[in-house]
Amino acid sequence: MSETSLRNMMKVRDFFFTYPNVDHPSLKNINLDIKEKRITALIGPSGCGKSTLLRALNRIHDLYPGCKYEGEIHLQRVEGDGYDDILQWDTETQLIKLRQRVGMIFQKPTPFPMTIYDNVAYGLKLQGIRNKSELDDRVEQAFRDAAIWDEVKDRLNKDARGLSGGQQQRLCIARAVALRPEVILFDEPTSALDPISTVAIEEMIMELREHYTIAIVTHNMQQAARISDYTAFMYLGELVEYDATETIFTNPSQKQTEDYITGRFG
Amino acid sequence: MSRSSRLFVNKAFIALSSVTALLGLFFLGWILFTLLSKGVQALEWRIFTEDLVNGGLRNLMWGQFVLSVMATLLAVPIGVLAGIYLQEYANHTRFANFVRELSDVMMSAPSIVIGTFVYAILVVPVGHTNGWAGIVALAILMLPIVVRTTDDMLSLIPRELREAGVALGVPKYRIILDIIVRAAKVGIMTGLLLAFARIVGETAPLLYTSGTSEYWTTNLNETFPSLTVAIYNLATMPEEKLVQLAWAGAFILTVFVLLLNIVGRYVVREKRM
Repeated sequence: MSETSLRNMMKVRDFFFTYPNVDHPSLKNINLDIKEKRITALIGPSGCGKSTLLRALNRIHDLYPGCKYEGEIHLQRVEGDGYDDILQWDTETQLIKLRQRVGMIFQKPTPFPMTIYDNVAYGLKLQGIRNKSELDDRVEQAFRDAAIWDEVKDRLNKDARGLSGGQQQRLCIARAVALRPEVILFDEPTSALDPISTVAIEEMIMELREHYTIAIVTHNMQQAARISDYTAFMYLGELVEYDATETIFTNPSQKQTEDYITGRFG
Repeated sequence: MSRSSRLFVNKAFIALSSVTALLGLFFLGWILFTLLSKGVQALEWRIFTEDLVNGGLRNLMWGQFVLSVMATLLAVPIGVLAGIYLQEYANHTRFANFVRELSDVMMSAPSIVIGTFVYAILVVPVGHTNGWAGIVALAILMLPIVVRTTDDMLSLIPRELREAGVALGVPKYRIILDIIVRAAKVGIMTGLLLAFARIVGETAPLLYTSGTSEYWTTNLNETFPSLTVAIYNLATMPEEKLVQLAWAGAFILTVFVLLLNIVGRYVVREKRM
């Protein structure tokens, strides 16, 4: 693949992250590019900081007071004419905008306590969309993008918590996609799901790649190999190696990466 | 310890704990049985249609109901908001933990103390017992229960649900109102119902605050009828007829509280997802 011309959607530069009441940073000197409309996987053993890094990309850490960010995380401007450092944003309005542009899917499905329809319409209504037919269209499109429309179209007014785990997870993806974010972050989206639901979600993520920039944290190396274009291997809070997925899995340049992907540790 | 002696200790322990459990149940059964036999005997239709002055309990049931509902209206908004504050805005701060401790202490404060306190601030300055004082006393009794129930129920909501709201760019107050409180709704409602059941049978906080009256009234500025205080007064009367009324009142109150508890514990829980 000759992809050097690909633009970076996000750029992490000299990034350190420290949790509250901890002396040592959990992430040290991270430099990483998230390529536009590609899938970037973050892999590494438990506790290596991959989720911590992902959760910095939409600054969800800010929910808990006392977290310390150092360095820079750049997000391409909507106009595409440059970058903004999201670590400079500090008003609630700016952070809300950031999260509407950088969506997130969690390990455990998180349906809201409302109907299936409202779960997806909720975010749209908050964005100020009031027109009923526009709402209906956007909701349907989101469900189609998340490959769940056929399963929910006859039960849109049922409580979303009645769906199966895999369906709930696709509902959450529909909910995120409905807001048309630029980046979607997946934090181990399939680790709580059965193998069949996992395949469905993986296929969907690969389709979403056409329109969205995706970063995914996974415990499952095969999953990273199957779906991602780029892979970053992290260990003990540092980024050990970052390259095209094929290179990482066939010809890694670092000994640690090789040991990890061949199953010698972790 | 050998095998046989372990088995013996085990059996002895089971026997002891069973006996004490039965002992507790025995007295509960006794109370209920006495109440049932004497209360049902004393029940007459006129109890529901006449006021105390004419040998019925109508005004007292009404009065008790008004006092309890008004106290609930006062305590619930304050308590729920305080619970939300503790869990969603001030969680893990020293202040929040202090308020929680204080609520726990208040929950076990003797209710007569609360009654005396309200007597000092709302009865003495006015010069006579009044409905408002009774309402405030019941509300003070209810407040810590509501605060802790709300706080506890909200704490059961998984962290991920809050994060999912944040990740969608939802403002914090909307996350709380639309997502967190809604998810905790059934639990909070159950707690409120049980808190109501708790105050509806209280006597001590009303003893010197609302007092009780023989007449039907809707004027909360005056001494207000209270079933529990009336039971207390009637039960010690020399006249057999009045003691009978007290039994009937106690029976009605017990059945009502029992029903509230059953609804709170089972019916509402059934509807839970």
